[in-house]
Amino acid sequence: MTVPAELDRRFREAAVRSGMLDAGYDVVDSPVGSLLVAATGRGLLRISFDPAPDHHLELLARLAGPRVLRAPRLVDAVRRELDEYFEGRRHDFDLGIDLRGVTPFSARVLAELARVPFGETATYAELAARSGNPKAARAVGTIMNRNPIPIVLPCHRIIGANGSLVGYGGGLDRKETLLRLEGVLL
Amino acid sequence: MMDAVAIPPFDTFYDAHAEEVLRFLRRRVGRDRADDAFQETFLRALRAYGRLAHAEHLRAWVFTIAARVVIDTYRRAGEPTAELPELPHEDGRPAYEELGELTEGLPPKERAAVVLRYGYDLTYDEIAAALDSSPDAARQAASSGVRRLRKEART
Repeated sequence: MTVPAELDRRFREAAVRSGMLDAGYDVVDSPVGSLLVAATGRGLLRISFDPAPDHHLELLARLAGPRVLRAPRLVDAVRRELDEYFEGRRHDFDLGIDLRGVTPFSARVLAELARVPFGETATYAELAARSGNPKAARAVGTIMNRNPIPIVLPCHRIIGANGSLVGYGGGLDRKETLLRLEGVLL
Repeated sequence: MMDAVAIPPFDTFYDAHAEEVLRFLRRRVGRDRADDAFQETFLRALRAYGRLAHAEHLRAWVFTIAARVVIDTYRRAGEPTAELPELPHEDGRPAYEELGELTEGLPPKERAAVVLRYGYDLTYDEIAAALDSSPDAARQAASSGVRRLRKEART
């Protein structure tokens, strides 16, 4: 016997309604593969191209607290906005962001990153300069690589000074797909 | 120095115990009422989960909550808890509350076995499931707990 799906779903919804969860997550389908999406009461905490929950639960618990539960309802808004983005109907995300566990400089860089608009790109050096440290292009590269919320914080829009795509935490194929979706690449 | 067992994410705890807790509740309150009792059990566990100091005996812990929910289910329905005879006590407190205090000094496994057996009237099979051991070991833990209590009472 396993717990009937309907009962399981009801419990997870009740857990969300109770407001007692430290974080909720779900696996969301997208054109760039299944994504693990996690959110807290403050906002979006994680998007990962590795959708295996087991690889993330400990980290989520360490960041937000032990009451982490797969709770589709808690990431409904994220799922909806991602769907709209991939259908080309959304250029900006209206989601709260939870940058817990991120260093102050990374947080500043990610805040600047969030201002790079849909369909445009910036170089690593430009993003470093906008974050107040023009010499930190390499550090910015590392921060992009470890971006906890890819797609929504658009590190795919950051490219090399010579126009090359350079790299992407989720693999260059995905970076290309996203830039093509935004009309940057043909 | 011994490291305390890290508290697992709630998701892991739920996955590990949901099925057997539901089976236990169905046996105790019947299929119709088991769903509500199940939700209640894990919501209570979720409420307390953030305050857990360590991750030992989580299985016994969730069964204790489930047993408590069973009692409340009968009480709410105004039915006598036929399956859970309540031991009469002078100050009217239920047995499991009193036992909780009485058994404070026992080793954790014996304490859990005594409270589940005499406070909640669980069978040794159920206690074995809760403590992740065998029915024989559960019976042994309960009886050695009782022996220890008797000895303490005499001194």
